[in-house]
Amino acid sequence: MISKLLIANRGEIARRVIRTAHDMGIRTVAIYAESDADAPFVTDAGEAWSLDGRTSAETYLDAAKVLDIAKRSGADAVHPGYGFLSENAGFARAVMDAGMTWVGPPPEAVAAMGDKLSAKRLADTVGVPTLASSTDPAAAGDVGYPLLVKAAAGGGGKGMRVVATPDELEAAVAAARREAGTSFGDDTVFLERYLGRPRHVEIQILGDAHGGLVHLGERECSIQRRHQKIIEEAPSPVVTPALRAQMGEAALRLAAALDYQSAGTVEFLVDGGGDGDGEDATFWFLEVNTRLQVEHPVTEAVILVAGTPLDLVREQLRVAMGEPLGYTQDDVVLRGHAVEARLYAEDPGNDFLPAIGTVVAWEESTSPTVRYDSGVHTGSVVGVEFDPMLAKVIAYAPTRTEAALRLALALERTRVQGLVTNRDFLVATLRTPAFLAGDTTTDFIDRVRPPRRHQPSDSQMRTAAVLAALWQQGQNRLAATALRTLPSGWRNSAMPPQRLDLLVGDDTIGVRYAIRRDGAFDVTFASVDGFASTATVVEHRADGIDAVLDGRRVSASVRRDGARFLVHGPDGDLELIEQPRFPDPRAELPSGGLQSPMPGRVLEVRAAAGDRVAKGQVLVVMEAMKMEHHLAAGADGVVAEVRVAVGDQVDGGALLLVVDVPDAPDEA
Amino acid sequence: MVGIVEARSLESRLDPRAAQFQKNRTDVLEQLAEIERLLQEAAAGGGPKAHARLAGRGKMPIRERISLLLDPDTPFLELNPLTAWHSKYTVGGGLVAGIGTVSGTECLVMGNDPSVLGGAITQFAGKKIMRALQVARENRLPYIQFVESAGGDLRGDPDPERTLITQIEHFGESGRLFYEITELSKLGIPSVSLVFGSSTAGGAYQPGMSDYNIFIRNQSKVFLGGPPLVKMATGEESDDETLGGAQMHAEVSGLADYLAEDELDGLRICREVISHLNWSKLGPGPTMPADEPVHDPEELLGLVSRDLRQPVDVREVIARVVDGSRFEEFKARYGMTLICGWASVHGFPVGILGNNGTLFSDSSEKAAQFIQLCNQINVPLIFLHNITGYMVGREYEHSGIVKNGSKMINAVSNSEVPHISVILGSSYGAGNYGMSGRGFNTRFTFLWPTAKIAIMGPKQMAGVIGIVRRGSAARAGIEFDEAEEAERAAGVEDFAERQSLALYATSRVADDGVIDPRDTRTTIAAALSACHSNKVEGSRSFGVFRM
Repeated sequence: MISKLLIANRGEIARRVIRTAHDMGIRTVAIYAESDADAPFVTDAGEAWSLDGRTSAETYLDAAKVLDIAKRSGADAVHPGYGFLSENAGFARAVMDAGMTWVGPPPEAVAAMGDKLSAKRLADTVGVPTLASSTDPAAAGDVGYPLLVKAAAGGGGKGMRVVATPDELEAAVAAARREAGTSFGDDTVFLERYLGRPRHVEIQILGDAHGGLVHLGERECSIQRRHQKIIEEAPSPVVTPALRAQMGEAALRLAAALDYQSAGTVEFLVDGGGDGDGEDATFWFLEVNTRLQVEHPVTEAVILVAGTPLDLVREQLRVAMGEPLGYTQDDVVLRGHAVEARLYAEDPGNDFLPAIGTVVAWEESTSPTVRYDSGVHTGSVVGVEFDPMLAKVIAYAPTRTEAALRLALALERTRVQGLVTNRDFLVATLRTPAFLAGDTTTDFIDRVRPPRRHQPSDSQMRTAAVLAALWQQGQNRLAATALRTLPSGWRNSAMPPQRLDLLVGDDTIGVRYAIRRDGAFDVTFASVDGFASTATVVEHRADGIDAVLDGRRVSASVRRDGARFLVHGPDGDLELIEQPRFPDPRAELPSGGLQSPMPGRVLEVRAAAGDRVAKGQVLVVMEAMKMEHHLAAGADGVVAEVRVAVGDQVDGGALLLVVDVPDAPDEA
Repeated sequence: MVGIVEARSLESRLDPRAAQFQKNRTDVLEQLAEIERLLQEAAAGGGPKAHARLAGRGKMPIRERISLLLDPDTPFLELNPLTAWHSKYTVGGGLVAGIGTVSGTECLVMGNDPSVLGGAITQFAGKKIMRALQVARENRLPYIQFVESAGGDLRGDPDPERTLITQIEHFGESGRLFYEITELSKLGIPSVSLVFGSSTAGGAYQPGMSDYNIFIRNQSKVFLGGPPLVKMATGEESDDETLGGAQMHAEVSGLADYLAEDELDGLRICREVISHLNWSKLGPGPTMPADEPVHDPEELLGLVSRDLRQPVDVREVIARVVDGSRFEEFKARYGMTLICGWASVHGFPVGILGNNGTLFSDSSEKAAQFIQLCNQINVPLIFLHNITGYMVGREYEHSGIVKNGSKMINAVSNSEVPHISVILGSSYGAGNYGMSGRGFNTRFTFLWPTAKIAIMGPKQMAGVIGIVRRGSAARAGIEFDEAEEAERAAGVEDFAERQSLALYATSRVADDGVIDPRDTRTTIAAALSACHSNKVEGSRSFGVFRM
């Protein structure tokens, strides 16, 4: 029996585990880092304990601290979620040694599969095909190029580098080691043959302590950026029942060899099968993840066991409590199709770099209804310390196309504002003909190139701008100190109209409006000659506006955050930035200044004052959001000033270094 | 907002389908179309060429400057927009003045239109500036002036001899403008000069006498004598910038308190200055619900006929102006040719006096009592003029119409609550005085397009002159030429009619502007709010006399 469960994790997965635990009558304990103090998972849990630290190492990765809280809170079980300590066999053992239940596979299985090299050896032994690999950089030639440098203890794309030619090898190995060291506390890396256009297909397995073992079919997770999955689905469009059985059997052979219990995932690369019949598809073993996967909800959506949907966290808890699965492979039925998208605070237009900030507005779509596994709410701050995933959104439908389009619409109708996200990119990806055709390989994003940024149409921008302007107009009237009840902006002579200049993306929309005697507004645009519009405000609210624009009735939520208007209206989310009426004539950034793209820590400073540097030369290396960022000179010049040193923690936008650019063209 | 509303809404007996109503409406809309055309003409100022020339120098039109200064979406009540109509000058007089909200504070904003004669001050402009200063002083409104003026209009009349004979203004009387700016300061009313261009010679004292001066780099020029005059006076060679540039005044002479980088920066600084004034209005502010009238203000267009011969029930006007059409009528069954009562306009409580016919002894006494009552309770007065005058005739003289009319004029003269006059139709003779005409310290006077202001009706005037001429002809024993008289009378009537028209009055700054009747409520509210910047207190010299 488990009566009180500690969740050694954060964010959406902590909430996910808490939800099921509560449903099973199990009390829960959350643990949290400083920056998570106000996170939803902290309040969702029955009780929450502070980890008294900021970084991963000081908090969710600190096994001793977590164990100490588990004991003090009286928890009798620990669920590790994914990431952090979930694949740390030592921690699993310590939990069990402390007399608590470990919700996961036996530590031996974790240890065996945690080292990817030994996992490959085991796969070889049980007859599961594997890719050529080596731990010795000198043997790179045997592995063959292109090859992949991977952290032995890794996951999630961290500490991973693609190497196309031998001369790149040394630097890639060094970088991968460093990243592996920071992320996993183990800098062992190995080389593996790199397939150009494979699909990532994985088999969900589930085992109990009584020898019960089933697989729950596959998930395809080929849509990746920076080697991290962003769109996952079940089933895979290329996996036929025959291939599914074949891969499932291979996964179960491995699981049996490991005496596997709890939920796990056997990952494969699949090559071929592009024409959809799966006949010519081949698969290679990649690795085993001895934990719950991020993308587990797509499996939950499509798998029925004896006619009932499966809750993988519930199965984990049941197995941990020693219950038998109670069903066999024959009871497992696949139905319909599910697609999941990972919503990240990141900028697809800037190489998917994490984008931190505040979720100023968060509202889930109510139509269509989809599953949200979210870790944030309105007001959540996404910082540099942890993974910037905001939520997973999962749509189920009878067919793959319907599921994809349903998910795209739900994402489009989700309100997520205040920070840069990959939402529009996800929507665009889901709607590409290539995705809808099932033409999904791991190089999908580079190959198909869905638009990185959403460019709203002129009329969408104008609509949002008018709504923002008229909403602000209403706010201004409410705040007026005198004559509040008079018609807005009333004039008794010929005066210029009211004005609000708004920046949407790179476009400035100058809204000009004047109230008419009947209370409607005549609207024109500074940049568009002869385009006139009529707008009637039906209702103005503190958080939105209903209006009729040229006969089209629109309702929008509007939120103000500094100079930003966050409009959530008929055309989705649009952010508009008010251009100041009186621009500040004070001087701008010195030319040639190198700024920090986001808060982070300085890893390397590769230039000193007086150095002559060339455009594109990397001057500073920063670590932020667990990623390395190389900041290069914008132009040829001489370093005038270095303002940071290795180890410094710097804010986003901080001036790191100034390069004097001789005869710089005057931009003013 | 507080205030318990006990008064009931007025009922309306108006028939908007009546032929007379429709004709009146058509007539007024025709007049309003002409006024709209004139407002556009005023806004065009010196025309597109002049504006293009100024834009080439990075200068914004005066109305653009004012719009950017005002708080977004706040109302702006322009005063005298049609000054200099039907004169040799551009409509508007090369000057824009009005009341608007800047940084949350209602201010009087006045600015030269540099596209018109380079902002030179004509007689019309001079009168308009003085009126603007009066509005600032009486209502305690911070005064902002945008200075960009070539100076006084020195161009003489093409016929100098005629000028010498007819002109009665003299330089010895000038300079009052500078006195008034200083007086504002003494009264605790701040003045801000934002100098957009030249402000030279006498004009230099405009910023000179202001509390705050904002000059714009490479644009403001302020000096007593320009380079040519200096050369003539002392032989010294100089240029505009060293003699009176913005930077010099900010760094050397100290005449400028703020140096703006450009026009927008100047406007921003001006808003900053107003925001630090720590200003609060002295009046109580709106205290009543400000719901719309029950009856449609659109119907105000059909009430008054162009020839003013159709009687108008002024209660139909009140019902379309006051909050919720609520009106508590005072002495409803006494002196019924003058309607008196209490209401509110956009939440400001008011006492209203409206003509429903000629003023008699009883209606005059009723007015005197009502005015005193409003003074006792510090409630501003609204006068709705449609008055041909006090009743004449033996019976009325015998019963003391002069004496009783004087009580009303006395009460109006000594009343100290703010007065706002709206002239709907006629405002003739002593009727204009009794109804708080321009000469009676009325804070604001607005005209409907149908307004006519004169010593008497044009027809009556022509007739009176005819009778007088017949009399003197008879005394002299000269045969009276009726045909000639008819022609002469027609000429007199035509001349008097034209002089009595709303546009003529407004052109001469004899009021604060012609308004669209549908804007009556909004205009009164904007004016009342301005009045409430100052104290709203009635006279307490006597107890209220029962009349």
